[in-house]
Amino acid sequence: MASYLTGPSQFHGTEPVLSLSEVTKVYRNGSLEVAALRGVSLDVQPGEYVAVMGPSGSGKSTLMHIIGCLDVPTAGSYHLAGEDVSSMSENDLADVRNLSIGFVFQQFNLLASMTAASNVALPLAYAGVSRAQRRQRAEASLARVGLADRVGHRPGELSGGQQQRVAVARALVTEPALILADEPTGNLDSTSTADVLDLFDELRDAGRTVVLITHEQDVADRAGRIVRLRDGLVTDDSAHVMTGSAVRS
Amino acid sequence: MTWFDTLRTALEAMRTHRMRSALTVLGILIGIAAVILTVGLGIGAQQQVTAQVEALGTNLLIISPGSTTSTTGLRGGFGSASTLTQADAAALASPVVAPDIAAVAPSTSSSQSLVAGSSNWTTSVVGTTPSWMSVRARTMSAGTFLTAANQAAAASVVVLGATTAQELFGSTDVVGQTMTIAGTPFTVQGVLAPSGSTGSTNNDDTAVIPLSTAQQRVSGGSSRTTVQTIYVQATSQTALPAAYQEANSELLALHGITSAANADFTITNQASLVTTAASVSKTLTVLLAGVAAISLLVGGIGVMNIMLVSVTERIREIGLRKALGARPALIRRQFLIEASLLGLTGGLIGAAVGILGAKVLPGLISNPVALSMPAIFGSITVALAIGLVFGVYPASRAAQLAPIDALRSE
Repeated sequence: MASYLTGPSQFHGTEPVLSLSEVTKVYRNGSLEVAALRGVSLDVQPGEYVAVMGPSGSGKSTLMHIIGCLDVPTAGSYHLAGEDVSSMSENDLADVRNLSIGFVFQQFNLLASMTAASNVALPLAYAGVSRAQRRQRAEASLARVGLADRVGHRPGELSGGQQQRVAVARALVTEPALILADEPTGNLDSTSTADVLDLFDELRDAGRTVVLITHEQDVADRAGRIVRLRDGLVTDDSAHVMTGSAVRS
Repeated sequence: MTWFDTLRTALEAMRTHRMRSALTVLGILIGIAAVILTVGLGIGAQQQVTAQVEALGTNLLIISPGSTTSTTGLRGGFGSASTLTQADAAALASPVVAPDIAAVAPSTSSSQSLVAGSSNWTTSVVGTTPSWMSVRARTMSAGTFLTAANQAAAASVVVLGATTAQELFGSTDVVGQTMTIAGTPFTVQGVLAPSGSTGSTNNDDTAVIPLSTAQQRVSGGSSRTTVQTIYVQATSQTALPAAYQEANSELLALHGITSAANADFTITNQASLVTTAASVSKTLTVLLAGVAAISLLVGGIGVMNIMLVSVTERIREIGLRKALGARPALIRRQFLIEASLLGLTGGLIGAAVGILGAKVLPGLISNPVALSMPAIFGSITVALAIGLVFGVYPASRAAQLAPIDALRSE
């Protein structure tokens, strides 16, 4: 197994992987303004496994989109791996999404026309990695999630759990500082859910930083830290509980 | 991501959306093929008309007599007078008098009844000299044309047009056969090669006999020295104006006329006919180009719709690619290549279909189809431009969206 898949995160020390300070997000719907986030501050340290919980409309998806640089905050500052992303250009943001963040979506979001290996290799293509390297690293990443024998399959030929594991492999392939998962088990049956959650446990054990959004308590219980959101504010944060990474060190 | 990677991505996307790609290509293809064929038909018609006019005889001047005014004051039309004579023709044929005139063919023409065996046929019988063949740009398919000896002897020989031979004998292999013209027996000495028709005149339906024979034996009653028409061939196309001047001044002098306004003859040339015919067919070309432009426009709107719909369908894909780290420029590049490939594929196949049609169509509708390079390249350019604008513009807009907005769109 290549070292980049099992080794610790490239971000060490006390510097947080992500640091949100008084982040707000206001959606404007005609004359109506809806505040999805009303001042969220959150630090996540390297190696932490954080579950963000909250009922529908609590702003947890909005938070995830801002953390993932898929959307920009209305106010407040956001530092990812030490860099201020709130003032970044479109191209720099694209590079951050490419290299520093690995996404796992509820809807899998795999391209149906491509094989599992091509899907996993896609972020590497945008990173400018050579074709041969892409292939090799994509296959290694698929092997890491236990799909070494599904390299040439298209998403339509895979089960939901397998598709989500391909998505996890894709999230891992660029060795990002942060893995972001938005309801990764929301569309899965219980067996597949267990498979995917075991995978996140392994990532945590390997020293990866994981932020996972869920509304299921049993999913959140596997994380080392639970952040609860309600009406756009953090209401509860088990921040000082020992994390997997902290236990290891 | 390299250009090569982007090209592969674009090809993959085209393969994935086979139906959409095929429809786009089809739309472009039909537009371009239609433009090439319609413009080709127009230009073909133009060339055909020009060729037909040229078939009348190259570098040709036609001298006709002027009008007559009877004692009661009734004026006849052009050609009604009998002012042209064989002497006029002989004078014009002199290289000293008219150095720019290559050949002169005085001729008469009258409608006569032709009989061969049990069949009969009425056609125009032309009495002329041996130079008629070169002046009128005709060739023989069998036998020989009239000779100077025939002319001198006022021989009873005739050269038939292909149609006339067919009508009289049921065949064009008729050299040596005998027939009568206006009751006078003639021997067929040759058959003219077909030259097609000019307007409503069938150039192949004619019988040509020596001028002397016509004057002495066929068109009884008319003067034996006057001719109806003098065909004059200039030495070249550029010498046509000079030949015109020489013929004009020589005839004025011969007829003792001092003012050109009182001329008792008219000289027309084929150039004016060519000009008229060309302007007619140019109008036709403009009309057809209009039709072609409309078909290109309709095809273009089809392409535009397919492109807009396909990009809208793929905004989620654009959002995902952005979430995975694609820069907006890369998204634009991917759609640029896709639209170019679709446009180019449609354009090339359309051009191939158009060119193939231009080769096949003349055999089916007996109209010539010319290939116009401006039409081919112009239509491909327009199709490409439409594909690019309506393929890249919406994709570019989508690439500017926040990734999450693109991902959420349905």
